[in-house]
Amino acid sequence: MASSDALLPISAREESDLNEETHRRRRPVKGLLAVSLGLLFIAFYVVLVATHDGSNRSNDVKIESDETATTTSRARLAGVSEKSNDKLWKLSGERNTVSFAWNNSVLSWQRTAFHFQPEQNWMNDPNGPLFYKGWYHFFYQYNPNAAVWGDIVWGHAVSKDLIHWVHLPIAMVADQWYDANGVWTGSATFLDDGSLVMLYTGSTDKFVQVQNLAYPEDLNDPLLLKWVKYSGNPVLVPPPGILPKDFRDPTTAWKTSTGKWRITIGSKINKTGISLVYDTTDFKTYEKHDTLLHQVPNTGMWECVDFYPVSKTAVNGLDTSVNGPNVKHIVKASMDDTRFDHYAVGTYFDSNGTWIPDDPSIDVGMSASLRYDYGKFYASKTFYDQNKGRRILWSWIGESDSEAADVQKGWSSLQGIPRTVVLDTKTGKNLVQWPVEEIESLRLSSKQFNMEVGPGSVVPVDVDSAAQLDIEAEFEIKKESLDKILGDASVVAEAEEFSCQKSGGASVRGALGPFGFSVLADKSLSEKTPVYFYVAKGKDSKLKTFFCTDTSRSTFANDVVKPIYGSSVPVLKGEKLTMRILVDHSIVEGFAQGGRTCITSRVYPTKAIYGAAKLFVFNNAIDATVTASFKVWQMNSAFIHPYSEEVVRAISSA
Amino acid sequence: MGNIVDETCKQTPDYTLCLSLLNSDPRSSSADIVGLCLILIDKIEALGTETIGQINVAYKTKPMLKRELDECNLRYKTIVEADVHTANIAIKGNPKFAEDAIVDAGVEASVCEGGFPKGQSPLTDLTQKMVKICDVTRAIVRMLL
Repeated sequence: MASSDALLPISAREESDLNEETHRRRRPVKGLLAVSLGLLFIAFYVVLVATHDGSNRSNDVKIESDETATTTSRARLAGVSEKSNDKLWKLSGERNTVSFAWNNSVLSWQRTAFHFQPEQNWMNDPNGPLFYKGWYHFFYQYNPNAAVWGDIVWGHAVSKDLIHWVHLPIAMVADQWYDANGVWTGSATFLDDGSLVMLYTGSTDKFVQVQNLAYPEDLNDPLLLKWVKYSGNPVLVPPPGILPKDFRDPTTAWKTSTGKWRITIGSKINKTGISLVYDTTDFKTYEKHDTLLHQVPNTGMWECVDFYPVSKTAVNGLDTSVNGPNVKHIVKASMDDTRFDHYAVGTYFDSNGTWIPDDPSIDVGMSASLRYDYGKFYASKTFYDQNKGRRILWSWIGESDSEAADVQKGWSSLQGIPRTVVLDTKTGKNLVQWPVEEIESLRLSSKQFNMEVGPGSVVPVDVDSAAQLDIEAEFEIKKESLDKILGDASVVAEAEEFSCQKSGGASVRGALGPFGFSVLADKSLSEKTPVYFYVAKGKDSKLKTFFCTDTSRSTFANDVVKPIYGSSVPVLKGEKLTMRILVDHSIVEGFAQGGRTCITSRVYPTKAIYGAAKLFVFNNAIDATVTASFKVWQMNSAFIHPYSEEVVRAISSA
Repeated sequence: MGNIVDETCKQTPDYTLCLSLLNSDPRSSSADIVGLCLILIDKIEALGTETIGQINVAYKTKPMLKRELDECNLRYKTIVEADVHTANIAIKGNPKFAEDAIVDAGVEASVCEGGFPKGQSPLTDLTQKMVKICDVTRAIVRMLL
């Protein structure tokens, strides 16, 4: 399904882009002269070899014109009357590329091998994740009838390890007046006696958003197959001053110091995003606070609010009720206006249920505030995994393709690989995320590589198949290159102005980057998805590092959104540049500096698929040489199990 | 003729088009923003259906463009069946999904148009109109977010 980013018909993209290597390869003119001169052949031969090294393929400078579907589409999202965006919809037929008609072979390749997705149809928000009696449970917004949003119910699946899932029957359907128009997002809370309750939003028969209570029918069933809705639902309706469609996504509850449970629910007042607070003892009746947990002007509706403690010193996760001097609290919200998830680190005051950010200049929802992920990533939700003492993050990864393609392929959306979330104890200012360690059980064979990558090089990485990979890499810019560039006054400081989005992508060369991997590339690199670092020189010879994913050339298809994603990433003194990439068919997840900056992208190559998908490492810097040390694993499928009664019986008695 | 129509259309990229679309429907005088969106979604559906009719005519008058017309047929079926359907449900409950559906409708129209060799599309007026209507509709849907 197309996202809200406007799609750029290929009219603005020049034909030469697609044939860049034929336009850009250096021609052996000197070679021809040398041969004809004969006697001087040997002398010229040395020159030939030096300029015509077979392994170098120059990805030469092409300063991109402002063809951006990215920058203008972001502006388009924000504003409603930007006439300059009309050119995006120009249909003058100037385009040079043929429209790509999806066929079943290309479409079926897009399905992932080890990411959570239902067997078919539409999925969106993660719901009520929890661990109970040996099983990780995952619920999700699901349309059982189509590959587009609608008829929303709670899908359900279980796993022993967050990776190998078994689909179960639908957990809750829209069978009451108070959720007739949708069984929407909610969260689970464990009570003191070990039982659990679920709070979720229902869209009533009149389209009013209310909060409902549900609980397992049988707590002895580790699979929690059946759920009961409380007869007194709804337990919360929109309070005075809150519009009926601005009241959804209740959080997991946490214990206050007085022993009551407390939840927060996102909303808005005019354009101010807010988070309402309610206290309860029984999850049936509630006291609403007069004050809010927090609010930020001009951020719009806060969806899927999440609120949880993180340790300032330790790397384990914390139960949602934990508080104390060694703890900070995270407030996170999904911004309805922009479809970005933002969070901030701050301090929680239990006495009155309020929270303030450590840094108000990057408060929740402000454009410069932190995001879990700078790519396609929304409606995320964490839970405390009491099994292994971790806080785990789930997120809805939607499609970036057209709805026609989704309908044709019969499904839409994925979940990201679950990530652990902790406070970055080194910076104290941001979270760090990392794919759960259980994913390593999918690693099959691996190959280790160590190489120097000169400026302007693209090197094929010899791994067999390249659509299911786990890559861990370390990069270092050679000291001589760094010293030279830092000392060269003619190299302009650009760190302040640089952004991945506006940079023009991986083919634009700088002094100290970009360098990284081109994943899902075909042999001739006509389609590719670079995931890379860009190191920019800042004022006072400081360096600023950016981590980007460039999907602008990921596919020839012209009905797909192809942004350039990314952000800066803190690199502390003495740290090498590290990145991890998970490639799984139409999803690429990148993690920089151990998960300080993460980028999830959806890509839909038409050529770089099946056996034709390759991996390259590249360095597009003008002068700097980079050393790369990396390991590439082939990844097995997770063999996610379709629902069947036999399987359910088998695992029930396990 | 409510002030709502005028005020709303001022906030869209094409005030004139917006006015003409809404004023041509009697429901607009007493509609709220959701109601105005529903009117426009109906317009999208009607235009989509009309375009499918034109595609069918073109199969006979321009048989050499069959491949491109097939693609347009697929794209416009998506508009009329999937996008319109999603937009109609979502607009009342969770408008961001309606916005996505309307953006997609514009994309499907663009992709259909873009498939024809230069100057050979028999649908240009219709596809351009679809894109413009989707632009206007999207702007109004965003007011509900």
